[in-house]
Amino acid sequence: MGAIYVMWIRQLKKYWRSKPRMLGSLAQPVLFLVALGFGFGPIYEKAGGGNYINFLAPGIIAMSILFTAMFNGIELIWDRQFGFLKETLVAPVSRLNIMLGRTLGGATVATIQGFVVFLICLLVGFRPFNIIFSPLAFLFMFLIAILFTALGTSIASKLSDMQAFPLIMNFLIMPIFFLSGALFPLNGLPKGIEIAAKINPLSYGVDGLRYTLSGMSHFNIFLDFGVVFAIAGLITAIGSYLFSKIQV
Amino acid sequence: MEKSIIEVENLTRIFGKINAVNNISFNVRKGEVFAFLGPNGAGKTTTIKMLTTLLHPTSGKLLVNGFDPLHHQSDVRNSFGIVFQDPSLDEELTAYENMEFHGVFYHLEKKLMKERIPNLLKYVELYDRKDDMVKTFSGGMKRRLEIARALLHHPKILFLDEPTLGLDPQTRNRLWEYVSKLNKEEKMTVFLTTHYMEEADKISDRIAIIDHGKIIKLGTSKELKKQTKSKTLEEAFLKLTGHTIRDESASSIDRLRTQGKIWMGKGK
Repeated sequence: MGAIYVMWIRQLKKYWRSKPRMLGSLAQPVLFLVALGFGFGPIYEKAGGGNYINFLAPGIIAMSILFTAMFNGIELIWDRQFGFLKETLVAPVSRLNIMLGRTLGGATVATIQGFVVFLICLLVGFRPFNIIFSPLAFLFMFLIAILFTALGTSIASKLSDMQAFPLIMNFLIMPIFFLSGALFPLNGLPKGIEIAAKINPLSYGVDGLRYTLSGMSHFNIFLDFGVVFAIAGLITAIGSYLFSKIQV
Repeated sequence: MEKSIIEVENLTRIFGKINAVNNISFNVRKGEVFAFLGPNGAGKTTTIKMLTTLLHPTSGKLLVNGFDPLHHQSDVRNSFGIVFQDPSLDEELTAYENMEFHGVFYHLEKKLMKERIPNLLKYVELYDRKDDMVKTFSGGMKRRLEIARALLHHPKILFLDEPTLGLDPQTRNRLWEYVSKLNKEEKMTVFLTTHYMEEADKISDRIAIIDHGKIIKLGTSKELKKQTKSKTLEEAFLKLTGHTIRDESASSIDRLRTQGKIWMGKGK
């Protein structure tokens, strides 16, 4: 238990201490929110979709979580580089616990980031349709955060190359984000894009968030929860396995 | 003969085509200072990694404090403290936090930590800086902190992999004083590697000279000098391992580290 806690609190401390990183990672979601929200808002409304900001906000929250969570993997590469990884690898604690602490820590940071973006959305004019559902929305944020932190960290545990990591991440993050229904409704899409969205776990995360925050949904909320929960669990297990096999 | 605390039998590790450690056997006695000397790429670090559960051997038998590193990892890990060749601190945490986290990893009680951490930090003269980020520390301070950290859980064996690399003579002397004292007062077994022959000569009870993954000679400094008819250990070392300069291929980690230094503007 102690090791999980230490790995968790360590990431929170680092996050809290690096205010520039905190602010910097907010720039992108805010830009997307403002540019797309106000840019496409009038067209969206004319097409009969209603308030675009209300539609977009859950997608942007999911996006900020996706980015922060995936890039958490870089912490593992830093640790490998600056040696702290070895300190954890020779410690008499199970690597499963180290990995769980790492994933929970990264996911907590990503969720906080998502929450900050949620507050910014409120400033821009987003209104949740029902306050009672908000705790459920945070549950979804956390699950999305776990899923993608585990994914980023799994990839990082197989990589020792600092340059390769951001490249691979962008290669993965962009399609996951754009094909998730974060920016547009999933109704009436061409077959190819529809299939891509259906096999994309973030689609279910975005959908669950959108249901709990804006009252709109494409899939079923229980399906959303089930898919995100199951895949988060699966990838955490894979990540733990990969981490336990690290030799230096 | 005294009881052995480390037993190594026919240990081999192969990386691809390279035989990094080639069928070596040796014992380290309880309470002795044992030095592993060898040119770059001789297999010193690889051996330490296998003894400390970081790397699996290709073949051979290992016992550390009576436990097999392959099957009883936690028991082995509880038995030793280690100062790695490269730093292994979290630079974005304070000195105290680094110590504290180590204590949690080794299941120390809070009360015990509150007692031991300040003492150890005072011992390595870092107590005044305990709340400073490690990234503001000099190389010598980091080393001292790593030693303090390695001692926190009162290990039976202390592994030191080139602990004095890049340190000034003052710090090097202090460091060996600490180690000597611990060895004498706490009866702690010390397993070290170094490139500084004088240091090894001064502090070690027995020395193994390793080259190309094989142990060439093992004995006290006196025996090594006598057998090679040399005046100093360095002379003996050169006679045994030759004068050719060894190329050690940089691992991806080394390259990464260089890159990181460029990134973070820490051109050291």
